[in-house]
Amino acid sequence: MLKDLVTPENANVFIGKLGDILEKAIDKPLGYAINWGRIWSLWPVHIETACCSVEFGAASSPRYDVERFGIIEAFGSLRQCDLIVVQGTITRKMAPRLRLVYDQMPEPKYVIAMGACAITGGLYFDSYNVLPGIDGVLPVDVYVPGCPPRPETLIQGCILLQEKIKRMKARKFV
Amino acid sequence: MSTDTKQVVTEEKPVEEKPVEEKPAAKPAAKPVELPAFEKSISDKVVEKFGDKIQVEFVKENRVGIKVNRENVHDVAEFIRDGLNYDHVESVSGVDYPQDKEIEVVYHIGSYSDSSLAKQILVLATRAQREENPIPGKDATKLPTLRDIFYSVEFHEREVFEMFGVYFTGHPDNRRLLLPEDWADLPPLRKDFAIKGR
Amino acid sequence: MTNELPPGLAIQKVDERIMTLNVGPQHPGSGHMRIIVQIDGDYIVACDPDPGYVHRGEEKMAEYRNYITNIPHLERPVIHDSCNVLYPYVLGVEELLGIEVPERAKYVRVICSELNRCIYIMYWLAIYGIFLGHSTMFMWPAGDRELLIDLMEKISGARVTHAHFVPGGVRNDLPPNFEEVCLRQVNYFEKRIKEYAAVFYDNPILISRTENTGVLSREDAIRLGTTGSVLRASGVDYDLRIKEPYDVYEELDVHSPVMKEGDSYARSKIPWLDMLESCNIIKQALQKMPKSGSVRVKLKPNPKGKGLDSVYKRVESGRGSLGCHIVSDGKVEPYRLKLSVGSFRNLIALPYLLKGEKLGNMPSVYWSLNYWPVEADR
Ligand code: SF4
Repeated sequence: MLKDLVTPENANVFIGKLGDILEKAIDKPLGYAINWGRIWSLWPVHIETACCSVEFGAASSPRYDVERFGIIEAFGSLRQCDLIVVQGTITRKMAPRLRLVYDQMPEPKYVIAMGACAITGGLYFDSYNVLPGIDGVLPVDVYVPGCPPRPETLIQGCILLQEKIKRMKARKFV
Repeated sequence: MSTDTKQVVTEEKPVEEKPVEEKPAAKPAAKPVELPAFEKSISDKVVEKFGDKIQVEFVKENRVGIKVNRENVHDVAEFIRDGLNYDHVESVSGVDYPQDKEIEVVYHIGSYSDSSLAKQILVLATRAQREENPIPGKDATKLPTLRDIFYSVEFHEREVFEMFGVYFTGHPDNRRLLLPEDWADLPPLRKDFAIKGR
Repeated sequence: MTNELPPGLAIQKVDERIMTLNVGPQHPGSGHMRIIVQIDGDYIVACDPDPGYVHRGEEKMAEYRNYITNIPHLERPVIHDSCNVLYPYVLGVEELLGIEVPERAKYVRVICSELNRCIYIMYWLAIYGIFLGHSTMFMWPAGDRELLIDLMEKISGARVTHAHFVPGGVRNDLPPNFEEVCLRQVNYFEKRIKEYAAVFYDNPILISRTENTGVLSREDAIRLGTTGSVLRASGVDYDLRIKEPYDVYEELDVHSPVMKEGDSYARSKIPWLDMLESCNIIKQALQKMPKSGSVRVKLKPNPKGKGLDSVYKRVESGRGSLGCHIVSDGKVEPYRLKLSVGSFRNLIALPYLLKGEKLGNMPSVYWSLNYWPVEADR
């Protein structure tokens, strides 16, 4: 029966359709599994951009210990990371480098903008060398306000990102 | 160079006539405060050596301020190192005075090796000519470098160069330090460079 | 505009045999800066630090803000040492305005400043530890640091950015019962940091890794104008708390540690000894502090300087002498404000220390300079 349906002319179409159907069928459970894996391995790039990195460091101290949430595991290599936490002010000298780092990371990748500076420029809104927020450079997933944000706020931001990833599509269909 | 010398003459004229001792004494005239003796002795030594080439700006507790024009700054700095035992520069800051058409460069000089000078900071100020449309490095905004005397000015002078456009002749490494590589605006700390929305 | 580069901005030529490596700004070993090292085999032949990635124009912006609104700004360069970085500015403004500060406020300032010094050094130590691959030395200081942060939070209400010093004193009085809590915490803290010797400073691996690397001789330390722990590790006894005592440091018994070796090990040990000394100072200050009294002279709104005037004040911060040069022209804003910071002054030593070192020693030498890039860039 299948043989009759498939002719050399429509083979490609048919197989493509079949793939779609298959993917639709297993998308939910598979996507859930993939997302579950991503949630517990959010590894940030080690890029410090300004003074918010102090509180970023404090967040991995024994008192706050973010690693118990499986999020901020310190010091991965750039090519194995999927999270970039922009820790504060982005200056005009840093912005191209930040984009370069982002472009080198493999998909999927997420961005957390930490601190008032990364969101709108913060205290440095009228400085001549500071970008007014990083939205023009990177697509931001979660904003963590504060100057500097307390470690608890950073942790909450990461948990929000996890929630967001849960609701995201695990795979993009062509 | 002709404008250069004219500048200096006009600047020095009002202070030429024996103001060297008067200026510091004139300030606390309202309330009769004794000038700190040790600081006074330092400024006296410089005055004795250079006479009216320099001008004592202030003598405060632990701070002696000396003003030199740019031709003599190198010699005075050399004397400060060899004759007075100061050995490092703590900070070099530029101050822009658009109304005088000058940029002042202030060296704060201290001493580690001489324990009697540990508290003292000698403030050596000199002025460079200021251009309305600066081309950093090529216009007349130039000063002799003090790097061969006080090695520690190296990065500070690089900073003043990019922030004010004061080129230090003889500095081996007058490159950008803090600003982005593609900075093409005015040097940012000049008064006519306005920041966003101000 | 011509295409020709002005003298000095031209690109320098490099020998062909030599490989150029960019370390940073995205590099675990560099922090917020780039170090361009040229290596021949495994040895560094030249090094060119390239700071400026966090240059935010603090000095320019200070010219647009009045003397009081500048306070939260000027502590941003080193938020974990915020009291010390604000200190010279506050002293300078007081001198410009001619204010005398109440006695109790001076003691509160000294206590805050010493607490902040410890907080700063603990963070630095944590970073130094992790970059040498010593994870315990990250966890311990990062955890113990929170004790003192709690104290500062009690005083000022913020974890790191306190903005507690104001011209004329400090913002608030100490909370009730603070003396006892502080004494207890500081005693515990002192006991804790003494244990670091066994784990870190007497550790043979650390010693073999840092001893005799990056040696800075006494003459060079003076000539390069270094400051703080770098200077004192090279055998120059210079500490502004002793040499030019500000506020009440005269009345306290301060001994600052000095070492002769001038290598990375000495440079990393001096801050630790500093912390022990700080604990000592805090205890003395708690004892001598007047038990009550005002802590703040109220100023008129929008204070102004008196005509053209300039001051240069300096204090000993966690990274060495920190100077603030304020030029006022009688307006409500400073005419020019310049911070002369320890990190920037110590950076000049980096090319010297790295020349002839192995590339693998770079992190230990670089971090031993007690360098905080955000401060250096301002
Ligand atoms: S938000 Fe505040 S702490 Fe964070 S980088 Fe900006 S100024 Fe620094």
